[in-house]
Amino acid sequence: MLSRVADSLYWMSRYAERAENIARILDVNLQLMLDLPKLGPAEQKALWEPVLRSTGDHSDFDKHYDKMTSDNVIDFLTLNPKNQNSIVNCITTARENARHVREQISLEMWEEINRTYLWMKSQTLKKIMRQGPYEFFMQVKNASHLFQGITDGTMTHGEDWDFIQVGKHLERADMTTRILDANDEIFVKQPSKTHTSGTLHWSAILRSCSSHDAYRKFYVAQVEPDKVVEFLILNEFFPRSIRFCAATLNDALRRISGCKEEHFTNLAEKLAGRLVAELNYSALEDIKTVGMHKYMDELQIKLHGIGDAIFRTYLFSPPLPVPEAEPEPEPAQKQTQKQGKATVAA
Amino acid sequence: MALLDKYQPGDFFDEMFASENEVRPHYSALFERFQNLDREEFESRKNAVDAAFLRQGITFTVYSDEQGTERIFPFDLMPRIIPAAEWTKIETGLIQRMKALNLFLKDIYSDQRILKEKVIPAEDVLSAKHYRPEMVGVPVPKDIYIHICGSDMVRDREGTYFVLEDNGRCPSGVSYLLENRVAMKRAFPHLFSSVGVRPVDHYTQDLLTVLQYIAPKTSSYPPTVVLLTPGIYNSAYFEHSFLARQMGIQIVEGQDLVVQDKTVYMRTTKGLEKVDTIYRRVDDDFLDPKVFRKDSVLGVPGLVEAYRAGNVSLANAIGTGVADDKVVYKYVPDMIKFYLSEEPILANVPTYLASNPKECEYIVKNLDKLVVKSANESGGYGMLVGPASSAGQRADFKQKILENPRNFIAQPTLNLSRHPSYTDGHFEGRHVDLRPYILCGEKISIVPGGLTRVALKKGSLVVNSSQGGGSKDTWVLYGDS
Repeated sequence: MLSRVADSLYWMSRYAERAENIARILDVNLQLMLDLPKLGPAEQKALWEPVLRSTGDHSDFDKHYDKMTSDNVIDFLTLNPKNQNSIVNCITTARENARHVREQISLEMWEEINRTYLWMKSQTLKKIMRQGPYEFFMQVKNASHLFQGITDGTMTHGEDWDFIQVGKHLERADMTTRILDANDEIFVKQPSKTHTSGTLHWSAILRSCSSHDAYRKFYVAQVEPDKVVEFLILNEFFPRSIRFCAATLNDALRRISGCKEEHFTNLAEKLAGRLVAELNYSALEDIKTVGMHKYMDELQIKLHGIGDAIFRTYLFSPPLPVPEAEPEPEPAQKQTQKQGKATVAA
Repeated sequence: MALLDKYQPGDFFDEMFASENEVRPHYSALFERFQNLDREEFESRKNAVDAAFLRQGITFTVYSDEQGTERIFPFDLMPRIIPAAEWTKIETGLIQRMKALNLFLKDIYSDQRILKEKVIPAEDVLSAKHYRPEMVGVPVPKDIYIHICGSDMVRDREGTYFVLEDNGRCPSGVSYLLENRVAMKRAFPHLFSSVGVRPVDHYTQDLLTVLQYIAPKTSSYPPTVVLLTPGIYNSAYFEHSFLARQMGIQIVEGQDLVVQDKTVYMRTTKGLEKVDTIYRRVDDDFLDPKVFRKDSVLGVPGLVEAYRAGNVSLANAIGTGVADDKVVYKYVPDMIKFYLSEEPILANVPTYLASNPKECEYIVKNLDKLVVKSANESGGYGMLVGPASSAGQRADFKQKILENPRNFIAQPTLNLSRHPSYTDGHFEGRHVDLRPYILCGEKISIVPGGLTRVALKKGSLVVNSSQGGGSKDTWVLYGDS
């Protein structure tokens, strides 16, 4: 398969997943606010700040808006064309990548992502607010699920499909670390067992990962911070846990190269294999020993490293010049598609 | 009231009506069907077709728009019909023309017999902007230069067909032909069998056969064929990706290809893979920055060298643009006589060259009656339609012509044929042309029909999509009615 095609499939999948994740976070926070007493500006800010931190766009937000109100945050993360990770931009980028490879993906996939794009382009903040943002976010999530289902059901599960899996699970793992990290203050504070707003908050985090029911089924217990962290990082079977995502992407990488388990043929496989082993042999205590914030930062850097290694191994053929003292990646920064490879108009 | 009740054919050759009350026999079944539709039903079908085009992204990119807006190519639901006998003449005429054009290109890039024998003035050919001296003495596979051609044809007041231009570089639009047919089959499924329409879907298979046929002898079997596109921002990207998908071949951009030891490879996740034939949708100028435009980022450095070495085949060949030059166009009937010793089956539009002092004088005097075209523009740009022009525009063109006479030709303003087209609740006559697509491999074949383009603006003669044109499905019948 062409390297450029692999690159487009990988990023198409990452951006589609990113759009869904942003919709999830916004949706849950809005619902959480409904359960709380009337909120003043300071309280609103306190609730939205972690969201902006988890999407990694905090400083950008301040450039465009003076107040951190619900409307402003929704506008910024949903429709703002200047925010490269707004939902509309994520969907546009995903669709642009799909357009690059439309003869490679199935017709149904293309039509679905194109439909989502056209629908998204027709949205305004007024429209979203009028129909209720929950309805809107549900449509974004459903579009993503539909796209994934169509992908699984209409595309041959070969190398191209595996690149889509790699992109999706890397993005999903990254987002889960961000959601946890953004809320680590609450984790540190360890509210008393009766603290209702703490429980509400943790329930919200579970819901933003679609894991509320799965959690209850697994623990048959109250929502407790420790268990939430354990579930979202270390659970073996939940499809949005970091361990599950790492294992799935590791499998996909091995199918791409044909390399067997416990071995590696390139840096991406080495890093992914190592991360899987580490998560397989970790327990909650290990996370607590390192400290939640630090642990999440380290995870993000590792995921970043895997993404970078995939790019160097598969997506960009000529050997890249060795970068001079490349700065350590900022964990808060989201990985974006490398520019400069885009084609210029004829 | 039925949709066609008040239709006025006007003082034109109308494709459907012989006179106000007389439908041409090959249109009678269609006429009955459309008369049975009311406005509401017709529009609901039309909206369904438009929505499907948008959903599938069957669009072209508007260059002038910064946001890179994609638009659907307006589609008129009333098809254009060509009876069998008429089509046979077009077909044989175009095949004759293709043979002559390929012999001409072979000749001017080798012995230049036609120039030496002064059948065509050498300076008119050698001064053509797209003549490529780099190609002289370079053999091309099977001696075919133009593999894919999209000739533009028009009809005059009497209904006679003329070839307006040959488009032997990278003609586009064939994907619309194929998609229009799919849309019509969905909108009017029962009409097809009752009218007896010849199918078109084999086009992409035929195209692939041609591309495999011209692959270098050293190729593996089956040869690796790719389509080279300028990228997703090109206005015809939809077509590139459509054709690649239909043929099951890779679509590549310049950055995906690399030349080593005069051999072209594509970069894949498993390393380099040899490429045998490139169906390139990139103009000569941008193909190889080592040979042509240095600033091209769309091409592949070293491609021309690999091509000259015979390690990779290109469709179309480099240098076919000389035959697209509108000055050279004038001589196609002479080529047919010279190479084939035959009389041309299809007529050329009479053409005056500004580079000829006598003809130039005539052009300048009659600017208000003529259509002036630059020799090398396409897409309806760089053109003056005399009768519709202002005095200022004519003065402007006069100056341009006198400054650079080699670059201009003029033709009489043809009274192009019209076809009923839907506008705002009823049908009105609009000017149409026809672009059949010719494939030239082991044999020459033409997909029955072609793209009928229609000037949707009332009175307009310009059918190009960039200038407010639309298209129609084109039906070639098995029989004559």
